[in-house]
Amino acid sequence: MRGCLIILRRELWGFLGSLTGYVIMAAALMFLGLGFVVMLLAYNGDAIDVPLTELFYGTMFFWLILLVTTPVTTMRLFALERSSGTFETLMTVPVGDAQVVLAKYAAALLFCVIVWLPLAGCLRLVHHYTAPGIPFDWQPVATTYLGILLLGALYTAIGCLASALTRSQIIAAMTSFAIGVSLFLLSFLKFSVGRRTGLASKIATYVSLFDHMEDFVRGVVDTRHLVFYASLTVLFLFLTLKVVESRRWR
Amino acid sequence: MWSGRDQDATQSRRDAPLCLPVRASIMSKARTQPMIEVERLTKRFGRRAAIDDVSFTVAQGEIVGLLGPNGAGKSTIMRILACFMPATSGSARVAGLDVFRQSDAVRRRIGYMPENNPLYPDMRVCEYLKYRALLKGLTSRESRVRVDAVTQQCGLIEVSRQVIGSLSKGYRQRVGVADALVNEPALIILDEPTIGLDPHQIRAVRQLILELGRQHTILLSSHILPEVEMTCQRVLIMHQGRVLAADTTRNLQERLSGGMQVVAEIEAPLRELLECWEQTDEIERHDVTASDSGFFRCMLTPRAGVDLRPLVFDMVRSHGWRMRELTRSCHSLEDVFVHVTRPDREEEIV
Repeated sequence: MRGCLIILRRELWGFLGSLTGYVIMAAALMFLGLGFVVMLLAYNGDAIDVPLTELFYGTMFFWLILLVTTPVTTMRLFALERSSGTFETLMTVPVGDAQVVLAKYAAALLFCVIVWLPLAGCLRLVHHYTAPGIPFDWQPVATTYLGILLLGALYTAIGCLASALTRSQIIAAMTSFAIGVSLFLLSFLKFSVGRRTGLASKIATYVSLFDHMEDFVRGVVDTRHLVFYASLTVLFLFLTLKVVESRRWR
Repeated sequence: MWSGRDQDATQSRRDAPLCLPVRASIMSKARTQPMIEVERLTKRFGRRAAIDDVSFTVAQGEIVGLLGPNGAGKSTIMRILACFMPATSGSARVAGLDVFRQSDAVRRRIGYMPENNPLYPDMRVCEYLKYRALLKGLTSRESRVRVDAVTQQCGLIEVSRQVIGSLSKGYRQRVGVADALVNEPALIILDEPTIGLDPHQIRAVRQLILELGRQHTILLSSHILPEVEMTCQRVLIMHQGRVLAADTTRNLQERLSGGMQVVAEIEAPLRELLECWEQTDEIERHDVTASDSGFFRCMLTPRAGVDLRPLVFDMVRSHGWRMRELTRSCHSLEDVFVHVTRPDREEEIV
């Protein structure tokens, strides 16, 4: 586990000690700001009875940030090591493959959470000006962050897999973007099977990432969503580990 | 062929004395045990065999060179020994530990610098060495001591605060070697340590390797012959995945040449000269070419084991000719290499 922490520290430093990390953060911040501008213009002056987080979620900027930043964050994890050859020095130290995968994954996930931190600030700010005197409701914010953590965990795992598959960072980013967007678009499958009931509609609802997230932004934590995200994340991480280990049997 | 219970049994027997608290027995055991034992090692990539049935041993404290053209399988052997990937069949042991089954223990005992010396360009030299030392299982305090030691040993003190990306290639190579040394390994594996360096840097790295050879066992690879000739005590010549010759540099030279050719530049009438060589029994073959200002250059191949030089001198003196050169040509490793790797000779020499 010690090796894991050492690699994690180094990877996190790779994000925070270089310009790339800040460019990603700046881009995310810009989308976040745009999202809030759109939201405030749309509900200008109206009294509304839904949590702010749900309003923001409705603007779709939430998904834009998630779909764009995670592939860019994760693309370097393995692809850069492979292309520069440091993969070999990393894989010949007395640290297991699983630990290396876990460390890199954890670093990317931590960075992903850091990227989302300004959201809380924006929410607080909007609350301050729109509802003076009413106490700030932290519960939907906390569950939203839990949702972001879970969704981020899934998308980071996808990014890890894509990065482990290739030595080109661009290809890694494009692959994880493609998988990520496809998964997201499955959310709209229910509209095409819409009226019909039965298995097809059940499946369509189950694979809908959009619906899974919706409960979190409303302040509801449902174990079904937890299981859904966690199982997919574990699957993608397992595949990543197998790809990293594949040098042994190739 | 990772087979056999027996192998496990011998393995545990072999390890047993190492667990004893008696230091003397550890030392004597360590002396006798070879550092590297490779037996019938084969690695296939698809249908192509990168290395094919390779066996060799390296004793403690030796500097051994793997020599061969590109694609001969040098890097593959090194990667297997460094536990980067397992072999298809056969066994490899480092300090008595199986590289596949006891990979973790082996990794702690080796320092490996891969081909092209990959480093993280965004890190400072001292940061990088510290990071590598911690990864290799040193404690924070140990790593501080070791990083200081290797920084000094590899002449990196003046650049230790610099970012690796800004260093010259010679310095980067030293950082790679320092990384390999940082965990005080028993065995150092260097894949093409001098590739891409200028002559000054090559000399510096070579000097470093020779110094390291006093305390460590070193396995290095190269396709540059003088390199290996100068640094290594023993050479394994590889070609197309097989070891074609394994011996000390000196033995290899002698084995090839049989006797050594003598070159003499003599000023004499050509006919007399030729006649003279033909009548001497000790000379197996002669080859005379005209040189400048009346001299002839004679290449004389002796029958086995004869030193022709006194003979030639006597002959020149008795005829009253003039001579301006008399040397015995030593076959360089380059000749051995070309000779050994010639396709039609492969079978004979082993």
